[in-house]
Amino acid sequence: MKTLIRFLQKHHFVLLFISLEIVSILLLSRSHSYHRAVLTHATNNITGKLYEWNNTMGSYLSLHKQNQMLQQQNAVLLEELNQYKTNSDYFDSMNQPAIFEFIPARVISNTVHLRNNYFIINKGVSDGIRQDMGVISPEGIAGIIIGTSAHYSTALSLLHRYASLSVRLQNSGQLANLKWEGGSYTQGEIVDIPTHVQVNKGDTIVTSGHSFVFPEGMPVGIVEEFIPSTHGGLNSAYIRFSTDFNSLRQVYIIKNTHKEELDTIENTMIHE
Amino acid sequence: MNKTLIQIARLTGLLLLQVWVINNIRLGGYVNPFVYVLFIMMLPIAVPGWLLLISAFGVGMIMDIFMSTAGLHSAALLLMAFTRPAVIRLITGSSIPENISYPSISQMGDRGWISYTLVMVLIYHGSLFLLESFSFQQIEYTFLRIILSSIASAIIILLLSYLFVNRSAKGLFP
Repeated sequence: MKTLIRFLQKHHFVLLFISLEIVSILLLSRSHSYHRAVLTHATNNITGKLYEWNNTMGSYLSLHKQNQMLQQQNAVLLEELNQYKTNSDYFDSMNQPAIFEFIPARVISNTVHLRNNYFIINKGVSDGIRQDMGVISPEGIAGIIIGTSAHYSTALSLLHRYASLSVRLQNSGQLANLKWEGGSYTQGEIVDIPTHVQVNKGDTIVTSGHSFVFPEGMPVGIVEEFIPSTHGGLNSAYIRFSTDFNSLRQVYIIKNTHKEELDTIENTMIHE
Repeated sequence: MNKTLIQIARLTGLLLLQVWVINNIRLGGYVNPFVYVLFIMMLPIAVPGWLLLISAFGVGMIMDIFMSTAGLHSAALLLMAFTRPAVIRLITGSSIPENISYPSISQMGDRGWISYTLVMVLIYHGSLFLLESFSFQQIEYTFLRIILSSIASAIIILLLSYLFVNRSAKGLFP
């Protein structure tokens, strides 16, 4: 016993280092999968508040740009509204229950330069935000909510190792998957493109609508470079994201009002 | 001012600087300086080993909460704190140098302080980015991030220490 205590006293620096390092690495490895990232995630009102102070100071600097973006979005929405009005003879939109609701929010903290990026928004559980809701910017899709507190939520950005998204090539209607392999925040990668599908530079990539998180046909990006597979496998392509993640400020959270119903169906399918 | 209060004030200042200002630097995704490590670098020489490690763990955890990265910054900062006594011995020639009460520009001299900063910052960013990528894929990219971010951090830390240099050694950054 005495020798043990002497040993501990003599080597306490190294032993303490090793044990604390093990704790850190355990925490780190636990967060290295999407679902565990969700579990261990701490969204907390103190950090939220701190980021919000900083954001209110900084937001004055970009008011002009934000105004322009909102005006652009307004124009697009007005155009769409016009289309609905002219088509109302065939399609009574008032009697169609809306499946997707949009909750506006502001990004108060955001990173784009890390391997795994997150952003924090100023809406939380009390505003109806729940885990696994989609987040879009005025230009395209942006991320998925993974953690919520009363007034703030954390979203996993598309710029994340575990951000994987089912997408569709708008021209051919073919499905593929979106990934982000690090590097530039403007560029993503589309993988699993079947070999018979022709992909050209400038093709539009949209959401497939298969995940119930994002509505079908939301813009994701534009093809920049097609990469044919070297050993006869599936092709891939680099795309330019529609969303400018670096200037992400105004976002909308997508609430799927049928989500519970869809989840139940999916669960019964898995269990049978 | 009370010595503990000085440390707490320095920590708060550095954390706010990191979160509010430095984290907004985005140069092509390669340059992510972390200057809050200056807090661990400037703890007194005589600080007990256990306190050094616990502080590094705690401060790293605070950074992890801000950056939404569980365990990443605490692991890197712990390694940096662990190597600190050895680095000090390497640069000053003895583990508890008599003429130095805490590592600083006024006590170590320009050359000593610059090499101390470079080594500490390189250890921190090296372990941070290697742990973050968690693989040897794209190793060139990771190395480029380590080198560029370390240089950026070292420059900011050196600027800070020259700005707040106080020869009478009573300020926040003596």
